[in-house]
Amino acid sequence: MLQYTIRRILLIIPTLFFVALITFTLAKMAPGSPFDKNPDKPPSQATIDRWNRYYGLDKPVAEQFAMWLGNVARFDFGVSITRQRPVADIIGQGFPTTAQLGLQALFLSLAVALPLGIVSALRQNTIVDYASLFFATIGTTIPSFVIAIFFIYIFGVGLRLLPFVGWGTPQHMIMPTVILSLGSAAFLTRITRASMLEAVRQDYVRTARSKGLREQVVIVGHVLKNALIPVATVVGPAAAALITGSFIIETIFSVPGIGREYIRSIVALDYPVIMATTLLYAFFIVVANLTVDLVYGMLDPRIKVGK
Amino acid sequence: MADLLEVNDLHTQFFTRDGVVHAVDGVSFSLAAGETLGLVGESGCGKSVTALSLMRLIPQPPGKITEGSIVFDGQDVLKMDDDDIRGIRGNNVAMIFQDPMTSLNPVLTISRQISEALELHLKMDKGEARKRTIELLELVGIPSAKKRVDDYPHQFSGGMRQRVMIAMALSCNPKLILADEPTTALDVTIQAQILDLLKNLAREFRTAFILITHDLGVVAGMTQRIHVMYAGRIVEKADTGELFANPKMPYTWGLLRSIPRLDERRKEKLIPIEGLPPDLIAPPTGCRFEPRCQYRRDICREKEPELAAVPNAKPDHEARCWGTQNVPGGGWLVATDWRREVGDTSVIEEIRRGDDTAAAGE
Repeated sequence: MLQYTIRRILLIIPTLFFVALITFTLAKMAPGSPFDKNPDKPPSQATIDRWNRYYGLDKPVAEQFAMWLGNVARFDFGVSITRQRPVADIIGQGFPTTAQLGLQALFLSLAVALPLGIVSALRQNTIVDYASLFFATIGTTIPSFVIAIFFIYIFGVGLRLLPFVGWGTPQHMIMPTVILSLGSAAFLTRITRASMLEAVRQDYVRTARSKGLREQVVIVGHVLKNALIPVATVVGPAAAALITGSFIIETIFSVPGIGREYIRSIVALDYPVIMATTLLYAFFIVVANLTVDLVYGMLDPRIKVGK
Repeated sequence: MADLLEVNDLHTQFFTRDGVVHAVDGVSFSLAAGETLGLVGESGCGKSVTALSLMRLIPQPPGKITEGSIVFDGQDVLKMDDDDIRGIRGNNVAMIFQDPMTSLNPVLTISRQISEALELHLKMDKGEARKRTIELLELVGIPSAKKRVDDYPHQFSGGMRQRVMIAMALSCNPKLILADEPTTALDVTIQAQILDLLKNLAREFRTAFILITHDLGVVAGMTQRIHVMYAGRIVEKADTGELFANPKMPYTWGLLRSIPRLDERRKEKLIPIEGLPPDLIAPPTGCRFEPRCQYRRDICREKEPELAAVPNAKPDHEARCWGTQNVPGGGWLVATDWRREVGDTSVIEEIRRGDDTAAAGE
């Protein structure tokens, strides 16, 4: 187990290397340069040349990548071209907010999805089940930015219950968190329900009943543990998606997270920020997948982790 | 003798989109304490549903016990509330299921799965239950039980898992064990071991059991009595020895002809029963076996026979067949030797047309 974990952790390094390589190549292939973003007042060619030299953008792409790699190995992510600030500062400032938003949304969607999925499976084809289906359909089909606008209109503008610009107080966090969690809550509800329905039909559940166990004991002790295995598989990627995928919500609610920086950096071709944020996101997805694999081994004894 | 189990006119039905399936349709039988009974018939004859009905484990909906009574140890199971029936399940009546690969929970240890019932019914604490679990595993022949008790089901072979199921069934010293095709999923050499184990342990603990199987060969040495089921009904009842020596119902003959015999000198061809069991949504109004029966006469289609005593047989030998009942138009199979005409259709034809031929000869 320990050996397996260490090996998996070491495997993160080549994974991130290839992510970096691909991102770097794609970013360099994109037309334009960081210095042509102001068409009204284009800088002179001499200025551009000077900047290119300053940031090392005049060197061959391979050399640039090697330099960047060497710096990253020393945890130096460089300086933002368009903002003239260290990338580490930008990420250090925005990331905690993004992570908090993502984690809150993750816990909220689990807190909603697990009970709702379980209850709708146990009360299949009842009003509860249909209500959860309705919720899940809305959550998966209507994009979050549309729902966000409804929420802002109703709770923010109409009822004046919640603020919808900025971040800081718990009231500020409610709407972004709820709306960000909606999609994954809907998805996880359906997975939980399907997985529960699958598990309650199994022969071992009949065996458990034949022992005279009470229904709650059968469900909690025998069905749930089996039913949660498939759910755990999708929670990992869902968590990664929540933490890394909140830039739309951040933009709508003016949340000072890293998602906005990410978008801005791509539009501005701010190479150091593109590289750092992409790498960070990749890191989270890799860690989430690793966590799922390890938890999987604990949930399901048939899966042998490590060898 | 006070019966341990008395099943009277049991009807279990499944309400499906296509109609009501009469899975068990008026089954009556009784079982004394310590007695062993075989319930035999093809797939879909209602054997398993009968067993599940006894423990009220029919999934509901779509299933429902619509009529009849099941009196276990003086109490009507069908009138009990949920707490009372749970007090019987696993405690007084235990069940062994067909497929040990799927009947054990894959994510719980063997120890947990056996101890559960001990803690619930016998009020043991965790330590006692664990000790008893190890004893039970030793009893059913699991080698190094002490080490294996914390293993998971997937670490056991099929035969070993079925031993675990037997240990689980025996754990609370039940008065009755329902074994539903306990060896069907196992290979033949393991089958014999498991059957021996079941028989010996049941004898040792004086536990009554009902063995459900489609294979007459399996019940042969196992049970005192055999009830043959067809299309939701019992069609023949007899002591095991009597049933094999003197089977009366053509359906039973069909079952016997479809198992190979080791003592046969000539390698006989196995003869399957033609056709399929009837649709239990709308079963035949006459004898339910009539559409497949080689010996049928008009009376069979017109009216369904009752389960009645067979002439020239032991007194408790009953069959649901006009051919064995001395009523007007019936009784043409009373003297038939079923072995004689195996594979010889002309003889069967002769029996079937019996009355016409007799009339022509005069």
